[in-house]
Amino acid sequence: MKFINYLETISGISIYGLSSLLLFGFIFLAMLVWTFRADKTMIEEIRNIPLD
Amino acid sequence: MQVEQFYYDNKTVKRFAYAVLFWSIVGMLAGLWASISLFYPGINLGLPATTFGRMRPVHTNAVIFAFVGNGIFMGVYYSLQRLCKTRMFSDTLSRLHFWGWQLIIVAGAITLWAGKTSGKEYAELEWPLDIAIAVVWIIFGVNLFGTLIRRREKHIYVAIWFYIATWVTVAMLHIVNSIELPVSMWKSYSWYAGVQDALVQWWYGHNAVAFFLTTPYLGLMYYFLPKAANRPIYSYRLSIIHFWALIFIYIWAGPHHLLYTALPDWAQSLGVVFSIMLIAPSWGGMLNGLFTLRGAWDKVREEPVLKFLVVAITCYGMATFEGPMLSLKNVNAISHFTDWTIAHVHIGALGWNGFLTFGVLYWLIPRMWNTTLYSKKLAGTHFWIGTIGIVLYAVPLYWAGFTQSMMWKNFTEEGQLKFQFLETVTHIIPMYVTRSIGGTLYLIGAVIMVYNLRKTIKQGYFSANELAEAPPLSEITPIHSRQYWHRWIEKRPLQMLVFSLIAVAIGGMIEMIPTFLVKSNIPTISSVKPYTPLELHGRDIYVREGCYLCHSQMVRPFRDEVARYGEYSKAGEFVYDHPFQWGSKRTGPDLARVGGKYPDSWHYNHMLDPASMSPGSIMPNYNWLFDHEIDTNRTENMIRAMQRLGVPYPAGYATQANGDLTSQAAAIKASLKGDKIGVGSNKEILALIAYLQRLGKDIKAAPKEQTAMKDGQQIMGN
Repeated sequence: MKFINYLETISGISIYGLSSLLLFGFIFLAMLVWTFRADKTMIEEIRNIPLD
Repeated sequence: MQVEQFYYDNKTVKRFAYAVLFWSIVGMLAGLWASISLFYPGINLGLPATTFGRMRPVHTNAVIFAFVGNGIFMGVYYSLQRLCKTRMFSDTLSRLHFWGWQLIIVAGAITLWAGKTSGKEYAELEWPLDIAIAVVWIIFGVNLFGTLIRRREKHIYVAIWFYIATWVTVAMLHIVNSIELPVSMWKSYSWYAGVQDALVQWWYGHNAVAFFLTTPYLGLMYYFLPKAANRPIYSYRLSIIHFWALIFIYIWAGPHHLLYTALPDWAQSLGVVFSIMLIAPSWGGMLNGLFTLRGAWDKVREEPVLKFLVVAITCYGMATFEGPMLSLKNVNAISHFTDWTIAHVHIGALGWNGFLTFGVLYWLIPRMWNTTLYSKKLAGTHFWIGTIGIVLYAVPLYWAGFTQSMMWKNFTEEGQLKFQFLETVTHIIPMYVTRSIGGTLYLIGAVIMVYNLRKTIKQGYFSANELAEAPPLSEITPIHSRQYWHRWIEKRPLQMLVFSLIAVAIGGMIEMIPTFLVKSNIPTISSVKPYTPLELHGRDIYVREGCYLCHSQMVRPFRDEVARYGEYSKAGEFVYDHPFQWGSKRTGPDLARVGGKYPDSWHYNHMLDPASMSPGSIMPNYNWLFDHEIDTNRTENMIRAMQRLGVPYPAGYATQANGDLTSQAAAIKASLKGDKIGVGSNKEILALIAYLQRLGKDIKAAPKEQTAMKDGQQIMGN
């Protein structure tokens, strides 16, 4: 019985891990930028919706 | 502007609330029953339906899909109407949703008790019910989005985002994980095999926790906590970051359930990294909840609703701190397969989901019945009994899990394993007893709640349709100084749906595609052969009885496991396993290499009375396997189904399969006779023995097989 690690046969496997981290990083940063630049009165307005 | 009058539908909320109360008691009773059978197996009364292997899925499904599921719908149907300032889109769909869901629950419980299971944890229901779940889920979706489109409030509050993400992700998870090939009305085989099946299953399993037990409940927290505390959420900005970070990261974390298994290493690492990152958004959410109460802690002392919510959010924080820790490989090496995991999930289930549901019920019911809570004192009693129950439940299991793992890994100075597996089980039985006491207390608390709420309902009057008024959604919206893309999304529910789907689908795809590509590349281990027809029947019995709930089939590459069970498991060994049966808990020993370890007669006696072969064993007797006949009418279909799934039986083998089945059964019968055991020639026990004797043997038998391969033996494997 010979068991070859089949992952060696997928080329460029590391790209999957790397691209996922980059994708997450990009979306997260975009999110942060938006949140901190968002209009304060609007945020207050939405924040109070449940209590209307 | 003209103000419009309309009515909120409270009747659907009431129905779901009653369902929550009913199923909470049923689900907890099933859990208590299952927990008692771990120290007193005789509680099954000799019936197949009440053994641990069938009670446990009934318990988990009842708690997740019946108790929490109805809790989600109760909270969503109440809050969504108010956050959108409109009635639910369609009363008919609400009714169909409610009754459809309850029907699935009842059918689910009956079929699980009857042993109809697909053998994948938390996705055990068979294919007709999988289809029914998809249909009801779509009904819920149409109702949800219809309501959003008709709303009178221009902004979509963050709670609704969580509802949208829940809907779309659960739909995706359920459909992908349930792809299976029906063999008969109540039996199907998973489309995926072995490693791939494991990856899909735990991608589903982990995200069922994320998107069924967490995101919808965070939505409820963001609505009901401000309501109960009568103050807005601490930071709305934080809630936005919480949402996007959480759904984006959660979807990747599934492989942490498969550390040290035969799953590719890079997928394991990816799961670990994202699991660690999960701490940030989870704690962001927890702190946002707790900070909402700043300056209002005096109210928490007075108000039972807030007490329940505070403990729920704290438990959420504890569980989401512990989760990432458990995904560290060195911690997981200790915790996995032990009761530690059970303790961890119950902090989530009893603390986070349970207490949040109770808080919402105590808040909601007096309001819908236009009265006040019948007794705050009783609610306080419930709170304390419940809290003590959680502690008494979890602490012994943490202890048991850690102790057992340490015992498994203990070697003598001579380099021998210090403890037999059974010794590590009997050692922790007192912990099991204490856990059941904790569970009983928690259940008593819930019964007190049912009584208290019943009294509340009796003293009030119910408003089925609650009058409300709001101006219609104006086309001219006030323009704020800065408008950005997020503002654009948050006004558009359907776009929001698409973006959430993209966020979660990317995670799923990147995680799974490489492992699926593997299928074409995998150099299968040459000596690993498909199961014989008799073994396939045995495997079906193994799945039916829920053996995988106590026995793993996955030897991890640790010194102690290799010493105890044999060579560690390889990915190529599972290529014909539809579904995979790696398991997630070792209440009994691993069975990956049990084949050939004991004679047939040992298995025969062991299944008849486990304690006769292993004194002190807590495994129940499986008497019915000695009466029931193997259903040979199914054999042909089974083989054909496996062939369609890619298992390489020779063409036309389906018609000859029963011949091979009979001769293999006769061989086992003869071997039993050699040990003076008489058995009917077609009993289920023969199939189960055949399956167990095959497990893990293929790679052991490799060299011998190369020399002695004959026609027909190819199928038998060895």
